Amino acid sequence: MFKLTVYDRETITPLRSLMTNIGSVVAALFVISIVFLLCGVNPVYAIGKIFAGSFGSMYGFKETVTKAIPLILTGAGLTLAFRAKFWNIGAEGQILMGALMGTWVGLTWGSVLPSFLLIPLMFVAGFLGGALLGLIPAILKIKFSINEVISTLMLNYICAELITMLIVGPWKGNTRFGFPGTNNLSEAALLSVIPGSRIHYGTLMLAIVAVVILSIIVYRTRFGYEVRVIGENSEAGKYAGIDFFRTTLVIMVISGGLAGIAGIGELAGIHHYLGYPASISSGYGFTAIIVAWLAKLNPMYVLVSALFFAGILVGGDAIQISLGLPGATVQIVNGILLVFLIMGDYFLKHRVVVGFSNREHLTK
Amino acid sequence: MEDVVISVLHRTMVAGTPLLLGTVGEVICERSGILNLGVEGVMSVGAVVAFIVTYITGSPWLGLLAAISAGMILSVLHAFASVTLQANQVVSGLALTMIGLGLSGMLGKPYVGKPLAVKMNDVAIPWLSDIPFIGPLFFKQSPFFYMAIILALAAWFFLERTLPGIKVRSAGENPRATETQGVNVTLLRYACVITGGAFSAMAGAHLSTSYSKSWIEGMTAGRGWIVIALTIFSLWNPGKAIMGAFLFGGVFVLQYLLQPIGISPNFLAMLPYLATLLILLAMSLRDRRRLNAPAQLGEPYKRGER
Repeated sequence: MFKLTVYDRETITPLRSLMTNIGSVVAALFVISIVFLLCGVNPVYAIGKIFAGSFGSMYGFKETVTKAIPLILTGAGLTLAFRAKFWNIGAEGQILMGALMGTWVGLTWGSVLPSFLLIPLMFVAGFLGGALLGLIPAILKIKFSINEVISTLMLNYICAELITMLIVGPWKGNTRFGFPGTNNLSEAALLSVIPGSRIHYGTLMLAIVAVVILSIIVYRTRFGYEVRVIGENSEAGKYAGIDFFRTTLVIMVISGGLAGIAGIGELAGIHHYLGYPASISSGYGFTAIIVAWLAKLNPMYVLVSALFFAGILVGGDAIQISLGLPGATVQIVNGILLVFLIMGDYFLKHRVVVGFSNREHLTK
Repeated sequence: MEDVVISVLHRTMVAGTPLLLGTVGEVICERSGILNLGVEGVMSVGAVVAFIVTYITGSPWLGLLAAISAGMILSVLHAFASVTLQANQVVSGLALTMIGLGLSGMLGKPYVGKPLAVKMNDVAIPWLSDIPFIGPLFFKQSPFFYMAIILALAAWFFLERTLPGIKVRSAGENPRATETQGVNVTLLRYACVITGGAFSAMAGAHLSTSYSKSWIEGMTAGRGWIVIALTIFSLWNPGKAIMGAFLFGGVFVLQYLLQPIGISPNFLAMLPYLATLLILLAMSLRDRRRLNAPAQLGEPYKRGER
């Protein structure tokens, strides 16, 4: 009889970690192929089309970089929260809150402040918006032991309704011909883009700086050490005298704030006005969860995984148009990828040996 | 006046039914120690599968059966990841929700906006439904309502009064000790996760074949997440879930009641989510020790670890 024997791995090398991730992605693509087959779509053609659409042409690649910007910012922030096992599922709402605050600044001071003052002010407002929204679940969790998954999700819904309420009501623009949405922000409030693309490079640079700073914070500072201790062994953290409340607040200010900055990028770099919540962020906050997970919660790796998932988003749009697949296809692809990534973790931490049961001792 | 009161309360019961079904399923699942955040996704798949099968066969009962099967199959994924592979249950549940929402959007695309010719009709219980006030409220309801109440009571009896129920609870409290009593915790937890999936899918079927006779993407509208909160609110007790679910059903109905007064519909749409936060806050202000969460909820259990 065949027998599966499972051993714990003593050490996990970066190479093995990388190989496991690649293995997980390949296995996921295999299952995704089966889903495509069941839908009557040639999987080789569809998956080829996804990557050709996102990385195969200059236009596609520019779009991929554009969509990677919010994913880098949000995903990097989530690595910090997830490290402390604070399950911030509210990045979507935090992005929206950032965009909302940015709109407020942009509409209020758009015509009086020059660009070099207005744009930094908008980024600060966006950071504050996301951070403040992030603080709510942090306080609720530490002071009232309310599960953060639920509170962050509820705040997502609340934020989306709040924005809709504003754009059909008090903030509705008179240039929208009766459609919901604010007026366009003034020229001074708009982010400049690389010519011939939609890449708002200012936000991209902010994102890369954020990743570098976060890497230093996580691996080189006392605070980063505290975050890791809270996540890995909260009991030990208590005995070590770590202030859970303070640390969690800082984590969520950073995580929510970075999502808020992403919201400013989408608002001032792409859309130029505040419209329906689903158009401002089409699920970036949720995709960023997988981005952080694929990056193994390492802020540096987020740069790569964000680009990968941005590619899937762009390629997903491409196959929606050419193959007539519904928009939800990308969600399935993402979900299956996430499942395989967490399954891969098991094989990273354990060695599974298939062998005859009577030879078990030889493989030990 | 009495008619209005009856109508409002009746709608409260209808709105609370899917919440009750989902909560009872999640209670069973969490009592065994597994946190399943995939409810929203499974509910959505349940809704779309029930709709499609009812649309094709003309039988909402076949639709319900198909939805339950789909919910159970989908839940195996979470059981495998969280029980067998001891993966992080939060992330695995989120993945399940993503897959469920995506799958339902994809399957349901051709059916968006198509009305159902038949629906799960209300059934009046003979004699009982003639009782004034109480009759039309409790005994002239959709079969989903009766099933939800009966299943909630049955789940309560099962968990609190039967031996297999005790095994489920002890698997959530102390799986190692449970295993030493000769109970297969792995199998038990699989069963509980899959049962939870069946309940969530039923809740979805209610939405698309009874509550409304149509399918639109995102029609679960966060009910799966409210269910997770209601599980805490009911202190992991299916009996108390009845009260919680209909309380929230009331909040959903409140939206329609207040709209004519001129309150922004978007603000009213926030109410269920705000209420969820407020309820959890109120719960935590009470004596925290009485919350009684299963001790090993969300903790992976590694068999045979010495």
